[in-house]
Amino acid sequence: MKVVVDMNKCQDHGQCVFSAPDVFQLDDTGRLAYVSDPDDALRDEVEEAADVCPLQAIRIEA
Amino acid sequence: MAETGHGVPRSPGRVVVAGASMGGLRAAEQLRAAGWTGTITVIGDEPHMPYNRPPLSKDVLAGTASFESLAFTPRASAADVEWRLGTTVASARLDERVVGLDDGTELAFDGLVVATGMRPRRLRCDGPSGPGSGRHTVRTLADARGLRDELTRPGVRVVVIGAGFIGCEVAATAKGLGVGEVTVVDPEPLPMLRPLGELLARSLHRRHEERGVRFALGVGVAGLEGEDRVTGVVLTDGTVLPADVVVESVGSVANTEWLDGNGLDLSDGVLTDEQLRVGGHPNVVAVGDVARFPNARYDGVPRRVEHWSIPTDTAKHAAKSLVAHLVGSVAQPAPFAPLPTFWSDQHEFRLQSFGAPALGIADVRVLDGDPEGDVLVGYHCDDRLVGVVALGGPAATTGAARYRAQLLAQPALIS
Repeated sequence: MKVVVDMNKCQDHGQCVFSAPDVFQLDDTGRLAYVSDPDDALRDEVEEAADVCPLQAIRIEA
Repeated sequence: MAETGHGVPRSPGRVVVAGASMGGLRAAEQLRAAGWTGTITVIGDEPHMPYNRPPLSKDVLAGTASFESLAFTPRASAADVEWRLGTTVASARLDERVVGLDDGTELAFDGLVVATGMRPRRLRCDGPSGPGSGRHTVRTLADARGLRDELTRPGVRVVVIGAGFIGCEVAATAKGLGVGEVTVVDPEPLPMLRPLGELLARSLHRRHEERGVRFALGVGVAGLEGEDRVTGVVLTDGTVLPADVVVESVGSVANTEWLDGNGLDLSDGVLTDEQLRVGGHPNVVAVGDVARFPNARYDGVPRRVEHWSIPTDTAKHAAKSLVAHLVGSVAQPAPFAPLPTFWSDQHEFRLQSFGAPALGIADVRVLDGDPEGDVLVGYHCDDRLVGVVALGGPAATTGAARYRAQLLAQPALIS
């Protein structure tokens, strides 16, 4: 699974972190960091993270 | 193919989703996620595919967002969903499992998702009305585009009626666009007083005033002046605020008229049980802000919730409960118990909330920071933390998130 976050859209709401903590994290300054090729077993939580992003900045490719 | 009593052909296995906003889209996706393999038909009155509404009062008004940037990208699993756009659901006979569309056609269903949402409440007063009158609401993309066209006219004077989320966001955006005169009117003594309590309301009030937003508080609207176009807002204390544009942000009304005649409680949205089922019909569920549901996390009082996160939360739970019924599964999911969350962007500040601050408004404590700058406040009920709200920059909102697990872990609050 490939995850792409449009960092021009992202406003660091952090909702994705609650849904998929193994894939998305906020660093010490409150900025988003993420794993772009997570294990496919995490698909459900990544889809949930994409749903709850207020900016709809998370895209799942394949 | 089965026939209904009224001769409407019944497709084998159809769920109709009434409403094609975020709630309708999420319902369709979650029906697939819950294992529904039958037909899904989504009916919506706007001509657009579902789009994200929070940017309407901010980026769309400011002119920095296009429709393409607002449109939701449906999950791949929802690619075969049938969309009927530009069409309104006008009636329903739930016992016969049929909905009627505004063009007169009827559509049989096995399952029905009520996702028809809200429309803006309008001021009830004399004065000019209709297109071209200078009166606006902000609910749809068309609304936001129409208001933007008027806000960008030189020298325009704006009166915003209602100091809630939308009113405060519109006022802040108008200031950001360079509008000279922006006045917010509200019968409460402070903006956003009821959802946030006095401490944050006072802080917000000051931040808005420092950026040039004016307020007329503790006063109502008696009427609007003008013939074809509005020229002023008359307040109940006799003051007249000159206005070229009036924005009405005075709450919303549930779109439930189409459900009349089915014996449902439609007194404020559509009442559901703890599985989001509507009025004793296990094959009818409600999602989004039209649903009035009890939250097992709190006091059991059914409420409608107009937060952005609610369409997704309700769709997930409602789809499971509906599909379980349709496929004859006996498994009962746990009662619906979402953790509410909302945010609001005004000027360069963000409000971020977790939990139910409105239930703890009588006991507000500063948890971190200072109301003059970044601040994090806790809301308590019977000495228990029931909500946190941050106001300020990113550090403040990250601080609020640290309390989320604590709020999730609290036992149910039964009054």
